Amino acid sequence: MRVITGREAVREALREEMQRDENVFIIGEDVGVYGGAFGVTGNLIEEFGEERVRDTPISEAAIAGAAVGASLLGMRPVAEIMFMDFVTIASDQLMNQGAKIHYMFGGQQNAPFVMRMPAGAAEAGAQHTQSLEALLYHIPGLKVVMPSTPYDLKGLLKTAIRDDNPVMFVEHKKGYGEKGEVPEEEYTIPFGKADIKREGKDVTIIATSHMVFKALNAAETLAEKGVDAEVLDPRTLVPLDMESIVKSVSKTGKVVIVHEAPRRGGVGGDIAARISDSEAFYYLEKPIKRVTGPNTPVPFSPVLEAEFIPSEEKIIDAVMKLTK
Amino acid sequence: MELSEAKKLKMYRDMWRIRQFERKVDQFISRGDITGTTHLYIGEEATAVGAINALKDEDYISSTHRGHGHAIAKGSDIKEMMAELFGKRTGACKGKGGSLHIIDTSTNNLGANGIVGGGIPIAVGAALALKMQNRDEVVLNFFGDGAMNQGAFHEATNLAAAWNLPVVFLCENNQYGMSTSIEKAFKIKDLAKRGEAYGIPGVRVDGNKALEVYDTVLEAAKKARNGGGPSLIVSETYRWKGHSKSDAKVYRTKEEEEEWKQRDPIADFEQILIEQNLLDEDKIKEIKNEVDAEVKEAVEFAKESPYPDKDEIFDDVYVDREVEL
Repeated sequence: MRVITGREAVREALREEMQRDENVFIIGEDVGVYGGAFGVTGNLIEEFGEERVRDTPISEAAIAGAAVGASLLGMRPVAEIMFMDFVTIASDQLMNQGAKIHYMFGGQQNAPFVMRMPAGAAEAGAQHTQSLEALLYHIPGLKVVMPSTPYDLKGLLKTAIRDDNPVMFVEHKKGYGEKGEVPEEEYTIPFGKADIKREGKDVTIIATSHMVFKALNAAETLAEKGVDAEVLDPRTLVPLDMESIVKSVSKTGKVVIVHEAPRRGGVGGDIAARISDSEAFYYLEKPIKRVTGPNTPVPFSPVLEAEFIPSEEKIIDAVMKLTK
Repeated sequence: MELSEAKKLKMYRDMWRIRQFERKVDQFISRGDITGTTHLYIGEEATAVGAINALKDEDYISSTHRGHGHAIAKGSDIKEMMAELFGKRTGACKGKGGSLHIIDTSTNNLGANGIVGGGIPIAVGAALALKMQNRDEVVLNFFGDGAMNQGAFHEATNLAAAWNLPVVFLCENNQYGMSTSIEKAFKIKDLAKRGEAYGIPGVRVDGNKALEVYDTVLEAAKKARNGGGPSLIVSETYRWKGHSKSDAKVYRTKEEEEEWKQRDPIADFEQILIEQNLLDEDKIKEIKNEVDAEVKEAVEFAKESPYPDKDEIFDDVYVDREVEL
């Protein structure tokens, strides 16, 4: 099968959906001739023109609001927020408006738009590096997607664009350069289906976004130490595939949850609580462990940033403490 | 466009419908029959009625926390509105929205909004869709003087201007953002001057004169419809009641309130229609009686309607039910 990058996978999804449905359009900062701050939209403007690949002023609230408003009239906007950190500026439109329109208007109206947000630490200090998925995860009415591989990025973005709800699509900047197999022929991936990225019987490592790659590498090292780790990628956080998580945990009896975002209030805490609430609790042999970013802003110094991001070593350490 | 006699009478009736609806809501709120709070439109009727009647039926509006008047003028069923305020299942939003989120999408109302200024970017997005779909309609976006100092106003107005979108921005300047007067909140006196900053026309109208509002919105909507882009209209008016239920109005004087009540928008329009021989005492009495009967019927409908079942709390969070709630 052919191999492409995460960046190309996202662009292919955008292109195919724009070809399929004339209501799909892109709106964001520098998405046109510049091709997106991370080169994701690339040359799409050449194919679809500036009406459908819309460069905006630096106005995140207006970008999000324009996406909400246009979606109410039958369009399918895919908005790009240049760095996920900037979603805070757009948060009224996402958290108070888009998320609640269907509910507070008694189902009369829905807002089918996608918000794409590059997240994750990548040498840029405290305001261009955050993984803020927990903020969005907390808001009923939003769906939250957090893919890792090129295959998942493409298939899930296509599903997101076709979904009738607001979908928060969190991309990891380091995922843009990751390579992976993606078929030529069309496919979509349903929401709410976790993917077992590696099967194992001794411990379940639940990892999100770019942490999936770290977990897979850690699993290889663990295998050399005689520990057979299962790596489970939830892929979508809302909806969350608890069925697969419960099944895996019931098999292994041990869980390590890995995400890049700070631990306090992170999605990992909720996943841990939901495991405890489930029948998997009775299969747990050890406490649920989390390997996450610390409760600090993301620091700039390469040394400190490396300390912030969960490393393979830290994952291995956590697993070894559970398995020894 | 010259207003037909029938339309003028409809406008007069709608102004009464808003006032009598709101008076009834005021009673129920102060007695506790309606829970929570509400923001009454009494005193501002000429703005909603003048502006919305300058639109085509298919045109869109987006509304505010003080949204009952807009909804009524746009054609919402007042039975469903009253039921919504009572939190009943038969309400316009099945009891999920209440006063702050009252909406009937079949009237092309994009919704009332609990966030000051929150509706402005959405109105601009709707206008973007209209432009991309090559449609003939426009969006009339209501917001208050308070919203003009929100960042969302700046971002969205600039975007609409830069993209020449078919939207009319209508600021209802009722002189106060809750308790804070425009003198305290703005350095400028004429809020319409802000239009110039975005390269769009900014005009000020007497918001208590229905025909003045009508003429101004008609022109702005025509411009927007013909590809001329947005305009900013500032409609000078006054809310007779407090900001919401709990407001003791300590920040303004009785004299000021009386002064504005002398400029009652309904009395003003009524006088014009009397002079044009469209109304006389009998006709006025007839209209008032009919409106009172309609409001009474709405109240009965609301009171008799059932509350939602408890498990309806889970309905309509998502369009589909695949998400565990």
